[in-house]
Amino acid sequence: MEWTMTANVPGEVCLMQGNEALVRGAVEAGINFAASYPGSPSSQVLGMLGKIARERNFYAEWSTNEVCALQACIGASLAGGRALCIVKQNGLLCTADALHCAAQHGVKGGLVIITSDDPSAHSSTNEFDSRWQAISAGIPLLEPTTMQETKDIIPYAFQLSEKIGQLVLVRVTTRVCHGRGNVALGPLPEHPNPLQRVREWDRMVCVCYMHTPALEKLEALRQEFETSPYNHYSGPEQAKQLIISSGTGRLYAQEALSRLGAADTVGLLSLGTLWPLPEKAILQYLKPAEKVLILEEVDPFLEQGLEALAGKNRLSITFLGRSAAGLPPVGELDPDNVMAAISALTGTVLPEIPTPEISIDLPEREMTFCAGCPHRATFFLLKKTLRQEKNPGVVVGDIGCYFMAGQSAGQYAFQVCNCMGSGVNIAEGLGQLTNYGLDQKVVTVCGDSTFFHTILPGLVNAAYHNANMLLIVLDNSATAMTGFQPHPGTGLTAMGDRVKAMDIPKILDAVGCSVETADPFDVAESEKTLRRLLQKSGMNVLIMRQPCATLKAKERKKPLRVWVDQSKCIGDGCGCDKYCSRVWGCPGNTWDFKNNKASIDPVTCVGCGVCAKLCPGGAIQVEGGEEG
Amino acid sequence: MKQLNFDPLNIVVCGIGGQGNVLASEVLGSAMTDRGYHVAVGETYGASQRGGSVMSHVRVSADQELSVLIPSGEAHMIIGFEPLETLRIARKYANNGTTIVYDPRPVYPLGVLQGSQSYPSLDEITAAIQGLSAEAFAVPAAQIAMDAGDARAANIALLGAFTQLPGAPLNREDLEKILSQRFQGNVLELNRKAFAQGCEAVGKGGVV
Repeated sequence: MEWTMTANVPGEVCLMQGNEALVRGAVEAGINFAASYPGSPSSQVLGMLGKIARERNFYAEWSTNEVCALQACIGASLAGGRALCIVKQNGLLCTADALHCAAQHGVKGGLVIITSDDPSAHSSTNEFDSRWQAISAGIPLLEPTTMQETKDIIPYAFQLSEKIGQLVLVRVTTRVCHGRGNVALGPLPEHPNPLQRVREWDRMVCVCYMHTPALEKLEALRQEFETSPYNHYSGPEQAKQLIISSGTGRLYAQEALSRLGAADTVGLLSLGTLWPLPEKAILQYLKPAEKVLILEEVDPFLEQGLEALAGKNRLSITFLGRSAAGLPPVGELDPDNVMAAISALTGTVLPEIPTPEISIDLPEREMTFCAGCPHRATFFLLKKTLRQEKNPGVVVGDIGCYFMAGQSAGQYAFQVCNCMGSGVNIAEGLGQLTNYGLDQKVVTVCGDSTFFHTILPGLVNAAYHNANMLLIVLDNSATAMTGFQPHPGTGLTAMGDRVKAMDIPKILDAVGCSVETADPFDVAESEKTLRRLLQKSGMNVLIMRQPCATLKAKERKKPLRVWVDQSKCIGDGCGCDKYCSRVWGCPGNTWDFKNNKASIDPVTCVGCGVCAKLCPGGAIQVEGGEEG
Repeated sequence: MKQLNFDPLNIVVCGIGGQGNVLASEVLGSAMTDRGYHVAVGETYGASQRGGSVMSHVRVSADQELSVLIPSGEAHMIIGFEPLETLRIARKYANNGTTIVYDPRPVYPLGVLQGSQSYPSLDEITAAIQGLSAEAFAVPAAQIAMDAGDARAANIALLGAFTQLPGAPLNREDLEKILSQRFQGNVLELNRKAFAQGCEAVGKGGVV
């Protein structure tokens, strides 16, 4: 629904995804600059901004990492520009130093950071709560609930940012980013926000004496938040039972209260301004309350703040929330756990509806590499080769699609995986110890986008100190996990410009690594290369190059047709032990339980043909195909 | 315009990543927004391209502001792209008034192919889905789409079948109009064909 991003039809109501609402909010705020590194659940935001940037006369970039993105935004702010930085929770933590320094030196043009948290870690390795960064850095924090608020809160955040000269953090969560709801469009600004030449006496310099003014800015905002339109209350006056919610919690609570018939007896205070807390506005509802349930995503952030507020004011209140009984301490809120928590608050429960008992065990569907994914072949080779070493090797993981190699998709390849860009550093540590008696081969992997994101400094470190290790660069020409955003190796930018692509082998060469390249689909040749490199000392790099299967499927006119000649498949009796479907594990390789023979799922198979090279019976056939 | 049989009307669209779940729910959601309803859609991403279980919740109301998730046991309609996933969702979200339309073509999870888990028999799944709902229609959507020329149109075939269900908030013409707005050329032709055959499959009582 791209037209809704730039259409100037105030009042028009459309169904918008949360990420689209954020984009529309940025356009209505008249931003001059946007920068981001992709991270779910907010990956789509900058992609959409890039497509409309020229039309709306602003600049948008997929930065190499989140620190680049935030610091570029600080530059734009110094020139009076309205700058928007979009990150996920891990990305925000990457920027921590820049964020804290920026909070101390303040901003000139409005600077807003959208941080998208992923409660229940749907597309993450963790469910870190970004909100603590607002307290730590001392900056204002907002969180929207509905899609309408998600759009409206962006221009609001820019106004606040410019009013007090401080950056503003807007926290959203997966259910907001990937939810859809009705949004009434606002007017678009006629002209972009005017830039201002940097004056000789402008100062955005982080020095300690700026700490006091930074704290004063925050206190000034507390007054403003006391009457903010993003805080709402519904329910009786002087409610003894009170719910305080932020983000998704309000809508779950509204529905649960209405189903329980408790909307007239329980108060519901919903907060959109989370830091600094509007203490007076909250106390007005807290004072008469006896029991308070707090609904918030992930950590007991509000819970701790509200308990402290109640303590300071000597209120005797029983709090229910993330840390006290009522809600699970981990995982996202949902209508069911909110209903249970409200039942615990009010003592009323819904009548139970009997449902038939279904005693069938349902198999889980584990995530795996896509059909035809080159990573499957790489990890197959790596596992096979390392198993044949005298001592089993150590494999250090990193962050990208290939993180799944740590699960059954990659035959449980990793012994360790920390954060994005960590692999080369952890491997360097292990590699140094091979000179001190550690008798193992050390291997780490990284994708091409991760290579530019945070591998580079670690690469310099490992090469300079000549660690005994092998870095495998899984070059699939894509930031595949988050939806194929361009990165410096692709020769494309967010605004669609063709630029000179960075050459990973040349970079590696310049740093002084020994580099070889192989094609994971050429199984036999890659295996030989891998074996040879494992025997070499020093810092070695193997680039496994084969484009992402999903990307290739989009470009191909007609893929190869792969099928099983069941007259050649020996089935259960073959010594291969169902190698194709059981071990290789590609979703395209399935089993014909009726005939007890291998089979290819024509709906899923993308026709890479690698399984045909691995079938010992030669039963898998490959034919046709045409490159796009 | 059709009236809502329930307010909010709760629809779950479920299947496996890559089957067109998100598009199907987005098409449904936009169509209802255009009719002036309040709509909320919740999508599961993450596993969406990697063979995991996925579902979308589509919620429609005349006047209420809704959360993007449906409470357990509160789905009025379920659209399922795969039998195991349909049962998984029915077990959590269906009640004895729920209508279900689903593709009975199994897609085996990795654990089943590896022999560490077993896939229930289709008869067991069918009986369970029927036991959990008021009415359940099996429509071979992937097969219809493959016959029409591309397996990827299975979601559109199932949307066609959905319009024929009792209590569907949209009729055949409503969705046909949306298809012609969204797609062009060969893709439109393919989708139209799959859609029409999906509609007819339910007319025949859901032939497997």
